[in-house]
Parts: sequence; C-alpha cells; structure tokens
Amino acid sequence: MNSLFALIAAAGTYATVLMFGTMGEILTEKSGNLNLGVEGIMYMGGILGLVAANRYEAIVGEANSIGFVAILVAILGAFAAGALAGLLFSFITVTLRANQNVTGLAMTTFGTGVAKFVGEIMRTKLNGYVSVSNHLKEAFSFKFMPDFLKNIPIIGPIFFNQVHFFYMGIILAVVIHLFLTKTKTGLYLRAVGESPVTADAAGINITAYKYIATAVGGGISAIGGMVFTMTTAGCVWIEASLSGIGWLSVALVIFCTWKPMNSIWGSMLFGSLMIMYLWIIIPGIPTEIYKILPYVVTLVVLIISSIRNNKDKQPPASLGVNYFREER
Amino acid sequence: MQNKCAIELKNIRKTFGPVVANDEINLQINRGEILCLLGENGSGKTTLMNMLSGIYQPDGGEIYKDDQQIAIKSPKDAYDYGIGMIHQHYHLVDVFTAAQNIILGLENEKMDINAVNDKVKAICDKYGFNVDPKKKIYDMSVSQKQTIEIVKVLYRGAEILILDEPTAVLTPQETDKLFAVLRNMKKDNKAIILITHKLAEVLDVSDKVAILRKGRYIGTVNTKEATAQSLTDMMVGHSVKLNIDRPVYPNPQDKLQISGLTVVDNDGVRKLDNVTFTAKTGEILGVAGIAGSGQKELLEAITGLYPIKEGSIKFIRDDGAQEELVGKTPMQIRQVGVGMGFVPEDRLGMGLVGSMGMTSNMMLRSWKSGKSIFFNKKNPEELANKVWKDLEVVTPSTEFPVRRMSGGNIQKVLVGREIASNPPVLLTAYAVRGLDINTSYAIYNLLTEQKMNGSAVMYVGEELDVLLELCDRIVVLCGGQVSGIVDARTTTKEEIGLLMTSVGGKEATNE
Repeated sequence: MNSLFALIAAAGTYATVLMFGTMGEILTEKSGNLNLGVEGIMYMGGILGLVAANRYEAIVGEANSIGFVAILVAILGAFAAGALAGLLFSFITVTLRANQNVTGLAMTTFGTGVAKFVGEIMRTKLNGYVSVSNHLKEAFSFKFMPDFLKNIPIIGPIFFNQVHFFYMGIILAVVIHLFLTKTKTGLYLRAVGESPVTADAAGINITAYKYIATAVGGGISAIGGMVFTMTTAGCVWIEASLSGIGWLSVALVIFCTWKPMNSIWGSMLFGSLMIMYLWIIIPGIPTEIYKILPYVVTLVVLIISSIRNNKDKQPPASLGVNYFREER
Repeated sequence: MQNKCAIELKNIRKTFGPVVANDEINLQINRGEILCLLGENGSGKTTLMNMLSGIYQPDGGEIYKDDQQIAIKSPKDAYDYGIGMIHQHYHLVDVFTAAQNIILGLENEKMDINAVNDKVKAICDKYGFNVDPKKKIYDMSVSQKQTIEIVKVLYRGAEILILDEPTAVLTPQETDKLFAVLRNMKKDNKAIILITHKLAEVLDVSDKVAILRKGRYIGTVNTKEATAQSLTDMMVGHSVKLNIDRPVYPNPQDKLQISGLTVVDNDGVRKLDNVTFTAKTGEILGVAGIAGSGQKELLEAITGLYPIKEGSIKFIRDDGAQEELVGKTPMQIRQVGVGMGFVPEDRLGMGLVGSMGMTSNMMLRSWKSGKSIFFNKKNPEELANKVWKDLEVVTPSTEFPVRRMSGGNIQKVLVGREIASNPPVLLTAYAVRGLDINTSYAIYNLLTEQKMNGSAVMYVGEELDVLLELCDRIVVLCGGQVSGIVDARTTTKEEIGLLMTSVGGKEATNE
C-alpha cells in the first residue's frame, strides 16, 4: 500500500506535464478544432522553454539570475512557441480550410523537427551542452510547501510535496472550468465547437473564437512540454525524452470527457500508470506492458462512454469539421 | 401604422458557380402580413431568404428596409435589422439548455438565467407558446425545438420573421398551434414570410403569395383571390395534369405474403400487431395511417432492419417457389429483390455521398447489391442520365456534386436511383416529401411505370388524395394493426379517414 501512495506522490511531476498538455487541447477542441499537433507543440515548448531560460541567464549572467524570473521567462518562451503553432494551425484550417487531421499530423512532424533542430544548433553553439545553472535548476524543481504539510501522512506527499507547476496546473484547471461554464465567452466558445452554424447565425465571430482558443490552447500545451524539460529531464535537452507525451495528452482529453476538472485526477492516474514500472514491479512483465496501460484505460473509457451514450460526455459535435458559411 | 412596407428587394441576383439560383427578384414584405413564398424545388426560395438572413451575399441588386438601402453582410447584421430566420434545419446547440441557446450571441445580455427565463416566459405568454427554458435541446421534440427557434428570434426583437418550411416535420395539431402563433404575431404588426409546399396551408394562413419559378420572380397575388389551381399554374408555368394515370395490370400475382407480423419496440410496445396482407405484382399497394401508426416499422421489418417477434414474410418467386424473409439479413433480403426507397428527413443521410456526382452515386447502389436477379441491368451513367432527364433534376451535369444541389433535387436523385434499380418489390415511403407538384407527378409516373413492368410496389404516403389516385389497393394501419384493406378505385376519403382513426372501422361503417 505504501508503495502505491509513494507512486502517486512521485507521479505528480509527470502528471503536471500531462495536465497542461491536456488542458490546452481541451480548450482547443472546445472551439471545434482538433489539433493533433500537440506532440509537436509540446516538443517545441520543451526546447524553447529551456532556450528561453538559458538565454536569460546568458544575458544577465549566472550570478544575477533570479529563479522566479527564469521560470516566468521559460513559461513565456514555451507559451509563445505553442501559441504561434496554434495560430499556424488555425490559419491553415480556419482560413485556408485544410483538413484538420492532416494539418495536425503535419504539425506534429513539424514541431518535433523544429525542436530537434533548435536543440542541435544550441548544442553545437554551446559546445555540447544546453542547460542552466544549478540554482536555477533548483528553482524549477523547488517544492515550496511548508514541511509540516509535507509531513502529513499519505496526503502530505501526494498533495503538498509537489513542484509549483503542479499547483499552477490545478488553478488553471479551475479557471478554465469556470470560464467554460460560467462566462458568456465560454458559452459562446462551446457553441462554436458544438454547432458553428448556430453560433454564426447568432452573430458570434467564429473565426476569432477558433483562432484565439487554438492559440491559447497551443500555448498551454507547450507549457507542459517546458515543465517536462525543466523538471523531470533536469533542465537538459534530451531529444527522445518527450516522445509520446503529446499523444498521451490527446488520449487524456478523451479520458477526461472534455472537462478540465477531470484532467487533474486523470493526469494523476495517467502519470502513475506511466511510471508504475519503476515502483510496482511484478517479475516477468516487461515495462512496455505498463506503458500501454494509459491507452488501454482510454479505450475502456471510450467504450463505456459510447455504450452509455451520455450526451453530456461527448466530444464537441463539430470537432474536426471546418466551417464555411456558404457551404451547402 | 398599417401595412407599411418593411423590406423591399430589388433585382436581386445570386449565382453558385454555373448555377443561377436567383435572378431579377423583386419582392415587398409588409408589416402585419403573412407572405407565403411559393415555388418548385430549386426555384431559389431558400437561397433568397438566406440572403435576407445574411448567410449568403447577393451578387447583384438592392435590399431596402423602411425605404433605406441596407447591406446584410452577416447573420448578426440581419439580427440588428430585426430580421430573424427559422431555418429548415434548426440552428440549436444540442447540449445547451433552451435559455442558453436563446441568449447565444447577445452582447448586452448578462448571464443571468433567471432574468432570461422571465423574459422568455413573457414572450411565450404573449404569443401563446409553451417552453421550459431549463430543458436541454437533445431532450426536446421537433416541435419544441422549432418553438425555441421562434422564441430565439423574438427574444432578439425581430420584426421580420422568415420560416423555411416550418410545417414539414410537424403533425397537423402542431401545425395548427404554429399557425395560431403566427396569427398572433401578425396582430402584433410583425412581417412574416412563410416558405411551404402545402397549398392548403398557403390558402389557410397567408395574406399574400409570392411566386418564384426557376430562380425568377413571377408575381404576387392576394390569397383571397387565389385558388390551388391558379397558384399551381403560376408556380409551374404550365398547367399540370392533376390526374394520375392508373392503368390496370393484366395478370397480377401474389409477390409478398405477410402474415401475422408482430414487432415490439424497446419499451415493450407492440408497434405492429398481427399484420396480414399480400402485395401483388402489377399493383401499387398504398399504406395509409396517421403518422406513427407503424408504417416505418412495417417497412423496416420487411427489409430486415427491425427485429420481428412473430409472423412470416414470404417472397414468392416467378416460378412459384416461396422464400421466407424473416431471419435474413438486410443484404440478403435486398438480393432476393426487395428494394426500398425511403426518404428520410435528412436527405443526404440515406446513402448519397454529397461530394460525388449523380453517376458515382448511382454506382454506389449497383455495386452494393451486386447483380440484380433480373436481366435489366443498366450501367450507372445511363441510369444517371435517365434520372436527370425524367425527373428534371436541376444540375449542370451528372458529375456535379450532389451536395451542392437544392434539397428537392437531391431527393429526386435518391428516389430516382431506387426506382431505377428496378427491384421486383419496391418499397417507398414519403417519396415526394418536400417535392413540388411537378416533380411529385414525375415520381408517381415512375412508380406506375414500375408497376406496369410487373413490380409489386408499396407506397407509404401522407396525402390521402394522392393515395386514392395512385394506388390500386390501400392498407390502412391504425395503432399497429390493419384496420382495413380497401380498393382505391371505389373507396372514399371519408372511409379511409375513419379506418385511420379506429381499429375495426369496417364495422363502424356497416352500422
């Protein structure tokens, strides 16, 4: 039992990565855009967050660099990369009306390519090693909660011994939830994703909603990639390490039935399943079996939700469909 | 202020690629009046109204509101000018509540659901609606959804309401209710435009009728001075023969024997109860009944789409051999030779591929069913050309994407394909739903031709007059039971009407 709780506590960081990736994609998909480029976007966020922090330190000097500012710079760098990718996706699908699936897959290839390219350039320029100084590394992985909270049995390690990005993710989930359910703009956004014809007839600017939601969503997903590089990967660029995280986020969106609040516990579950092979070892079962568990769980959720056919747990009705007013 | 002109259209023109949808349209819409817009399928009614509601932009011409020229560039502009359109396909978000749908896009409105509910209630009381603002759309009936659409435009303060075929999916009672509401709106000095194909409704509810033909404006008449015949003439441009040829097939034989057919739905309700009748070759067998009396279940049971509880369906081959259809898959039943031309509410839903042309769509069917057991196997191109010519489908070529044709033309392709595949047993339901008179008659003639070729044709229809003129015999259903089988040549409308409303109506007439 103890190892189970320890596993969940340890999954917090990985969960944070997935939480951002998932929330970004939920926001995107609520506008009816199915951006399958999350993998590429998180890759770009991963490298550009690191590059931003690295450059910040190079400019102000190692002694003068402040942890808080470095984190902010990394977030902005990653967000900008993801938002640009989101804008590009919107331009291709909303304005040029290209197929969303194809564009998304191209975005994945493009994003991973850009990330690897930038990583390689930085590596050669900096003589083989892109990173930040040790005190910034500590700042990124710092667990700021007071010790007496961390020491509470069971819930202490799970809820209070986490990196600050974890709490940012939870706050963001609540904010997005309130935005979607309580505000007019959120209602309109959902209308755009459900039935663009209706939204258009109601005078809602579909194009603007799709562009903004996709750009902001891309940005949020990219922050997830940055969190991975700056915490789990230890502020070092390792090309292959991010591989698969974006796809896992897409699966998690389905698992969460497009509800941001579900992404909190959903990502904890997925995170736990992903690192389970390190914690609960059953002899004879290869680690690959563990790693497919999140996808198995997603399939089960898909099957259950389609059998129950609950109308409130379905994807946005026009997800993946481009809208053109004069189309008939 | 009475009868002041609300909207005036001058020389409106709209084209879609090579297709001219509207040309030289001049139209006046007055306050406190109900104007019916009448025209054949593809005559450009919906296109014209879409320009008023900002969905399409006219390619030429001017629109005036209260004598001032306006440009309606988007649906939002239309709302700002007080024009509200209730589309044929409802513009509602399924997973939202009625109230959420109603306030969608209203910038000045707060997210105060209680205030919205009150205002919705006030509108409902004023015009005689009944809606529950908290109900989700996916839980609503078609009629309720339509009500929400109307409340939505009224909530936005629309003075000019456009309704595109609002009665097509309503029951007669719901239609009456809708018309009562429309009359209330008329009293409230609103301008109402109604698009419909049903002449009885036009004569019943409208003040004026404007007629379009092939995208051009023909004229406006006062309803008081018009008759069904005069309107039809204006609409089609030449007088239509209102009689259907009904030749007698010399040698009818039993083709499909249905006995004791009983089906039960998920809730345990008997949708069909001990239904027994025989369809013969060289005969059009009509199926009459109030909507929901089991017509749909009957056709689906025969084609193998609905699980059968009891009973048998026997297909009799030319050599007299009998084949039991119960227990066969829909595919096998098709191969035996039972063809079905069912026209659903969603015309593109039934096996037409929107982006493909007529020819390719014809091929879809012939590939799927494999070789017909009859010798008459035509190639798809020929078929497409035949449908194109015979049913006067308005399309530049047989390669033109079906999706871009008007609703009525899509239906012609759909029905034409089923008829032309020439099955020994042809089932059709609502084959003329939404079609204009001219095309309807073209389809009736095709069915008759099919009958004279020796097919057993079953026709589920809505209009009794047509059933009486087209069919040889009529099976009347009431609550899932056969309440009578009558000879269409000798029976009367009254007799069928009585059978439709009472099981064992035969006895009632005998008393």
